[in-house]
Amino acid sequence: MNVRRTPPARKILSALFVGACGLGVVVALIPLAFVLFFVISQGVQSLNLDFFLHNPRPVGEVGGGMANAIVGTLILTGLAATLAVPIGILSGVYLSEYRGSRFASTVRFAADTLNGVPSIVIGVFAYAVVVLPLGHFSTLAGGFALGIMMIPIIARTTEELLLLVPNALREGALALGATRGRAVFSVIVPAALPGIITGVVLALARIAGETAPLLFTSFNNAFFSTSLTQPISSITVQVFTYAISPYEDWHRQAWAGALVLVTIVLICSMAARTAAARVGRIRGQ
Amino acid sequence: MNPPARLPRPVVRGSQTSPPAPAADVRLKIDVEHLFFFYGEKLALEDISIKIQPNVVTAFIGPSGCGKSTFLRTLNRMNDIIPGARVEGRVCVDGNDIYGPGVDVVAMRRKVGMVFQKSNPFPKSIFENVAYGIRINRMATSKSDLAGRVEESLKQAALWDEVKDRLHESALALSGGQQQRLCIARALAVKPDIILMDEPASALDPIATQRIEELIYHLKTNFTIVIVTHNMQQAARVSDFTAFFWLGHLVEYERTDKMFTNPTEKLTEDYLTGRFG
Repeated sequence: MNVRRTPPARKILSALFVGACGLGVVVALIPLAFVLFFVISQGVQSLNLDFFLHNPRPVGEVGGGMANAIVGTLILTGLAATLAVPIGILSGVYLSEYRGSRFASTVRFAADTLNGVPSIVIGVFAYAVVVLPLGHFSTLAGGFALGIMMIPIIARTTEELLLLVPNALREGALALGATRGRAVFSVIVPAALPGIITGVVLALARIAGETAPLLFTSFNNAFFSTSLTQPISSITVQVFTYAISPYEDWHRQAWAGALVLVTIVLICSMAARTAAARVGRIRGQ
Repeated sequence: MNPPARLPRPVVRGSQTSPPAPAADVRLKIDVEHLFFFYGEKLALEDISIKIQPNVVTAFIGPSGCGKSTFLRTLNRMNDIIPGARVEGRVCVDGNDIYGPGVDVVAMRRKVGMVFQKSNPFPKSIFENVAYGIRINRMATSKSDLAGRVEESLKQAALWDEVKDRLHESALALSGGQQQRLCIARALAVKPDIILMDEPASALDPIATQRIEELIYHLKTNFTIVIVTHNMQQAARVSDFTAFFWLGHLVEYERTDKMFTNPTEKLTEDYLTGRFG
């Protein structure tokens, strides 16, 4: 057998491409590393217990914190999830079950379009349909705007994950006398559940960092509030307000706020991964 | 209704294939008359008629693409979920046409269970896999009744001894042969009359295959079994009757011992002796 040695040119080319891939990864990670570095190094200085326990102080008074904004962000994302998770998952199931139908293609196209709509436009929409009728800014309006943003993400993620479930499982359920709906909700959706959980949390992480849709929906609130019908503070809007202010102390607070937000998102992602892994382990996936 | 496009006719020596006539007092379990099956415009099965008695094992053999799996799947309307699939003709199970108007497909499928070529346990525990059908059909009266039914099914499928200490572990951790027996247990749990098996052992090693074959032999006292197989020795070993399919036709349907020793059709003989295709 005549085994020719690989020509050097091919080896060099291969090395070149592997090198380019490695370089690409490094370049892609540099901004992330810098963002984390600055947020942590700047944010840690102003981060203390007061930051979590106190509301913002008036201009000139040093100190205070973002207790109201942290709670506000949690309430807003919670509201958004309450709206978007059921609607998003059910639409995802519809899209995967009736994927051939014309209506499903229309819905899919609409979801992709909605996903691409700039978040400020979503804010304007929420302003028109919730804020104007109520007559004032409110937590509900903010949660609504964020929820609208989440729906297409969750719907499309759910659809794609359901399509990955082998058809054999559906046939197995049907052959045992399951109805179509039963097969979907007792076998197919559970099989895709770890992925769906991850998808939902990633969507949450994305909308938790949104500022634009909140500017004229939930607006801001200098005081602690958990009322759904009143304006509410959020970390992002608070960071925005502080960052564009001329006060040195507020800048420090903004950095601390950014750090808290990043940490919340990180904790959510890790919790989701753990939950998904646990669900997966029970099923032996 | 347009006359269906004809499939190429097999060369048949006799005027027609005569299925073994059942004794007059035996009720037919499955009675298929003049069944045509289409994938869209394409004719896949032409004029299939077959009568199957209760408590026998019937094997469908034939080359790949001859329509034997398609035919098997018409017997519990599993082809319904394929877009563009269409059936003409009658398929009677216990005397009732399952393609007739007003048929409850879901209830029918409970009576006609199916085991697939590739084992397809649900990503749940061993117990939950077997309990699934019992639960969705609301067959168990209590928790202990459910557990009893699960145990009985696993015993029937000759899997109980291997899994009794780990019922709540994932079914996906089982070996391929165990998974297939679990799928059989799952099918048995809903107490079907008929079990359709689509090449149940084709992905298994010889030892696991032997266990499945022994299982089939024991199951026929309680169930009517129809098995599709590529393996002619397997058909000879497990079945009482054999049906040979070729290009969408049922060429010959005979007692297995007769078919394998003295087939009526030349085509059957050629296939069984490996002389064509």
